[in-house]
Amino acid sequence: MTNSQLTPGVAAGRLGAEDYARNFADIAPKLDPHEARVAADRCYFCHDAPCMTACPTSIDIPLFIRQIATGTPEAAARTILSQNILGGMCARVCPTETLCEEVCVRETAEGKPVEIGRLQRFATDTLMDQGAQPFTRAAPTGKRVAVVGAGPAGLSAAHRLAMKGHAVTIFDARAKAGGLNEYGIASYKAAGGFAQAEVEWLLGIGGIVVEHGKALGRDITLEGLRADFDAVFLGMGLAGVNALRAEGEDREGVANAVDFIAELRQAGDLSALPVGRDVVVIGGGMTAVDAAVQSKLLGAENVTIVYRRGKERMSASEYEQDHATQTGVRIIHHAAPVAVHGNGTAREVEFAYTEDAAEGLKLSSETFRLRADQVFKAIGQTLKGAPEGLVIEGGKIAVTGPGRTSVKGVWAGGDCAAGGEDLTVTAVAEGRDAAEDIHASLMA
Amino acid sequence: MADLTTNFIGIKSPNPFWLASAPPTDKEYNVRRAFEAGWGGVVWKTLGSEGPPVVNVNGPRYGVIHGADRRVLGINNIELITDRPLEVNLREIKSVKRDYPDRALVISLMVPCDEESWKDILRRVEDTGADGVELNFGCPHGMAERGMGSAVGQVPEYIEMVTRWVKQYSRMPCIVKLTPNITDIRRPAEAAKRGGADAVSLINTINSITSVNLDSFAPEPTIDGKGTHGGYCGPAVKPIALNMVAEIARSAETRGLPISGIGGVTTWRDAAEFMALGAGNVQVCTAAMTYGFKIVQEMISGLSQYMDEKGMTSTAELVGLAVPNVTDWQYLNLNYVTKAVIDQDACIKCGRCYAACEDTSHQAIAMSEDRTFSVKEDECVACNLCVDVCPVEGCISMRELALGELDERTGNKVGTYANWTTHPNNPSAQAAE
Repeated sequence: MTNSQLTPGVAAGRLGAEDYARNFADIAPKLDPHEARVAADRCYFCHDAPCMTACPTSIDIPLFIRQIATGTPEAAARTILSQNILGGMCARVCPTETLCEEVCVRETAEGKPVEIGRLQRFATDTLMDQGAQPFTRAAPTGKRVAVVGAGPAGLSAAHRLAMKGHAVTIFDARAKAGGLNEYGIASYKAAGGFAQAEVEWLLGIGGIVVEHGKALGRDITLEGLRADFDAVFLGMGLAGVNALRAEGEDREGVANAVDFIAELRQAGDLSALPVGRDVVVIGGGMTAVDAAVQSKLLGAENVTIVYRRGKERMSASEYEQDHATQTGVRIIHHAAPVAVHGNGTAREVEFAYTEDAAEGLKLSSETFRLRADQVFKAIGQTLKGAPEGLVIEGGKIAVTGPGRTSVKGVWAGGDCAAGGEDLTVTAVAEGRDAAEDIHASLMA
Repeated sequence: MADLTTNFIGIKSPNPFWLASAPPTDKEYNVRRAFEAGWGGVVWKTLGSEGPPVVNVNGPRYGVIHGADRRVLGINNIELITDRPLEVNLREIKSVKRDYPDRALVISLMVPCDEESWKDILRRVEDTGADGVELNFGCPHGMAERGMGSAVGQVPEYIEMVTRWVKQYSRMPCIVKLTPNITDIRRPAEAAKRGGADAVSLINTINSITSVNLDSFAPEPTIDGKGTHGGYCGPAVKPIALNMVAEIARSAETRGLPISGIGGVTTWRDAAEFMALGAGNVQVCTAAMTYGFKIVQEMISGLSQYMDEKGMTSTAELVGLAVPNVTDWQYLNLNYVTKAVIDQDACIKCGRCYAACEDTSHQAIAMSEDRTFSVKEDECVACNLCVDVCPVEGCISMRELALGELDERTGNKVGTYANWTTHPNNPSAQAAE
């Protein structure tokens, strides 16, 4: 090891091989059967359970936990997957602390919810480890559906459509399917190549073809898809990234957090991945946390998240914020970037303190500077290259009901569609519901 | 701290907690450990006749029922009486009693149902220095097939006959241990009393199959693919035992007959309940087999604290306090009206009360959009099921309606005491005076 945490600038190999392995290992491994039994015992089997209501995919949580408690995790997995075909990934990445576990009555009672997310993983991993695809296809309908984007929304829609007997073709711009599951989530949340394994397992139902390297607007058009298929589902996510609009944003070392995360996820050898000694991440969401924590885990000496508003406004959950600070990331609130300083390469970021005023966020005249070899922008993604003719609302594709766009025969779901939080689980729900609606309209 | 010294049919012990005749009391080693841990007395594991001892199975002897978190709720066993030579047991009993003269040491006996067998065994145990004998008329498995144990306990005439022999051939206090595998526990208790028993102890274990292995299709515990019914004990059997103790305590024929309470005693509270229903002391087995002998320390401290809080200075003051309040259904006050009340601050909104009432009871709990659960007094029959299924202790309680208060369900005002015997719907109602 030639480099260390103290090596100036942006450098690779700051840590030893064991450190990388430990830092990027599965953050919350599968419960063992005893742990699962003990955790499942705590569920009260509530009537009209709050957890179930809080789940965007409405998984029957009390039922699946009871199925675990009675020794049938495979049946539990079927309960989960029938509502959420990406239940395996959701068990890993869902912010359960703001969804099902937040409303668990044992959170109310004791401040310690039933570990729903980890129990879900226990069930889905058990079934998926057996390699079994629990669903079968209906008789072929002769209908063909195009799905744009192989992310959570597209995969969810495709699986449900295939189940109904339709022939599905997924077009995806990237080399691998999975969308943000494969490119946009912290490595330690989906360790062991889980995203690809899940895609492979999902496609095991049959009737789904994935065409890689096909971007909408570049290689395919909505008009073309409408002509060639009976229905189209758009689930291409948000490919654009918001700009800082700060002086010096174009200096070397300033990058998009999503690109850094994607690069890290695809890196075969983490010790070859360079990271700054001083890293500054600008933003307040999950992307900011994932970029910051992973920078720290790669060996950066100082990592700071700077968010322009207060802690309570951060879209990263408190649990995620705590995880960041426990990893050694510093979080500064109420500060916005005004300039990136440096001589060609970023050296410092200058921030102005902010105040919440009646007319909006106000920059104060007081500023401070943070050293930065790398600056990651994590201030939100935007819809890029939406096809002509679709009504856009608040920067996203407008939809009504189960994902119907303004164009007949075209549905949309996931991050690219308006409404709902930009979560994996929400995308799965939207893809599933659009698929049901597509099916109903095709069979009408 | 309250004095827990107990005098049970003349047998003194520093506390009312005895270990029941069972695996924990089979050997000197175990019994010494028990006395060191603080147990007030021990009923030594049942001795048989002289000669080659019985043999036990060499596969599993116990089956279990688990609650949440694998908590042991009940155990059944197919172990027989002691499988060690009689002389060894007698020698060890003598040695232990000599070293622990302040502790109760009673010997459990089970020999064939003939006078000579009993006369012989009594003669042999007499000089151990033991404080008394307990006649095992209870074990429901194995020995019953050989005409002993519950095979005797199920025939009141045999109980009376054997008890008479014991009293005739021994000066030791005699406790008759009863089997619950009968229809009316009062009959064997009456027989024991007629035979001259100084006390009865109950309950012995209940005939049971704890579970069936769904791969081998054999009952558990399974011995080479087969199983047999065993004797069930532990917390799960306590309600059955409490009722049987109460029946003997309140029956005109057996009232006053000393009782040693057995059946699922796990905490000081269980023990206090048995004693309130008339037991002079209690015997424990499953709790010790689950947690070890140390639990007696909690039993001692708990009962002491309780007695202090109640101002009791002797365990005798507690014995039987609940007996006058055990009655027949027909004497229950039908004008006692209560309604469930949900403490909204304590409620965690799980909705179990709602599911239970709506699906299986009287549709007397309302659920609002925001999951507020409230009692519909005009539907509530006061069944108490909501209280029972609520996971938060004290969240739901039953409010007693005052005399003259309107019961919204019936439209009647709460009246004074009246029971079924005078109720107009009772075909054989006696005219009210």
